[in-house]
Amino acid sequence: MQCFTVILHSTCLLQSNRKCVKMRHLMNPLDFSVEELDQLMDLAMDIEKNPDKYAHACDRKKLATLFYEPSTRTRLSFEAAMLNLGGSVLGFSEASSSSASKGESVADTIRVISCYADIVAMRHPKEGAPLVAALHSRIPVINAGDGGHQHPTQTLADLYTIKKLHGRLDHLTIGLCGDLKFGRTVHSLIEALSRYEGIRFLLISPKELRVPEYIRKDVLDKKQIHYEEVERMEDALPNLDILYMTRIQKERFFNEEEYLRMKGFYILNEEKMKLARPDTYVLHPLPRVNEISVDVDDDPRAKYFEQAQNAVYMRMALILTLLNIHVDEK
Amino acid sequence: MLNISGVQEGYVLDHIKAGTALKIYRDLGLEQHDYTVAIIMNVKSNKMGRKDILKIECPIGSIDLDVLGFIDHNITVNIVKNGFITDKLKLKLPKEVHNVIRCKNPRCITTIEQELEQVFILTDPEHEVYRCKYCEEKYERK
Repeated sequence: MQCFTVILHSTCLLQSNRKCVKMRHLMNPLDFSVEELDQLMDLAMDIEKNPDKYAHACDRKKLATLFYEPSTRTRLSFEAAMLNLGGSVLGFSEASSSSASKGESVADTIRVISCYADIVAMRHPKEGAPLVAALHSRIPVINAGDGGHQHPTQTLADLYTIKKLHGRLDHLTIGLCGDLKFGRTVHSLIEALSRYEGIRFLLISPKELRVPEYIRKDVLDKKQIHYEEVERMEDALPNLDILYMTRIQKERFFNEEEYLRMKGFYILNEEKMKLARPDTYVLHPLPRVNEISVDVDDDPRAKYFEQAQNAVYMRMALILTLLNIHVDEK
Repeated sequence: MLNISGVQEGYVLDHIKAGTALKIYRDLGLEQHDYTVAIIMNVKSNKMGRKDILKIECPIGSIDLDVLGFIDHNITVNIVKNGFITDKLKLKLPKEVHNVIRCKNPRCITTIEQELEQVFILTDPEHEVYRCKYCEEKYERK
């Protein structure tokens, strides 16, 4: 049973183990401090090493997946995370099968879902919809992607993967390649990594798809983060700890010809991988189209499928944290 | 010379940028009330060259100074009681503005969610940047 007291706008109290603690949502990867992120990653690591210990952590708890637009990976990853914790899932996978098609507001939907579930993961094409949900919710809300705005759990998975591969999140050179203008995962990752010391970015993109000005001015320049903008992937490859590839998103272009030109701009293949160091790892938020050729998949430095696996551990850690469930050592 | 009788109780808004008094009249929602209002435009000013002035006969406290601060924080607000100026206020940029401007991002939840307040938050006071609370789109002043 929930203990419901509204504090400010979006927080209420969550009853767990007879103690009331402040309820939290996740809207933006920066909602967690660096210390809290460390705790979350430590928990994900423990879950990965000792899955049985957590297999019943969420017994009788329910996750509602409210997906107002189709998504394969994120929704199934959330569902797998909850099932791995012994909980159950309910929800819908497109707006047409929800009461949104009858004109119900996000605020009303979340008030009702709060009666059915213990935690919510919401994807919505409209930016800020999960925040509206959080303001009216009695249970924790996780933003599972809102338009081109935020996708915080992808960022958490990216950070966890980088930390596992290099043992740290500071003093790294990160290459971000492809659509740096529209890619929300890129913007979130830059913001999240900019909080660590000694981070350096190589931003690899055609002029038309460069990082937006507000990321350059408000994040990189403001925090005095070292970065370079380059057009050739080959120039950046020998100097990277991480190469983060992104898909050129067709839906962002008004002109088919322009899309096709950009789509072929960066294709990572085994030949190019010869330029990279043995400890340069390749990540991608997936799905890929043609920007990483399949011959790279067998390269030990290709870590994008591991990244998808890591996302499940990180989402498990997030669910436990937001539900304030602690699994005791036995 | 134009003579306009003084305010007994209310506000005199001075140093309004010339030509913008009508917009401020609307933004303050004054057309929804029956207050006596004098809109004086293109007055000669040593400081500004030309300026507008608004005189509003109304109960003290009935004007949202946050809205005024958002529109133009250089406006001088004179508070008038019993026909005398009793206080001069310097406006500040408000931390939040509610239902004054609309988010122009077509992908913002405010475009479809019923009865959702339009809220903008001051994110960069130095550059006077306001962003939509929901989608974080920057508000561009014309």
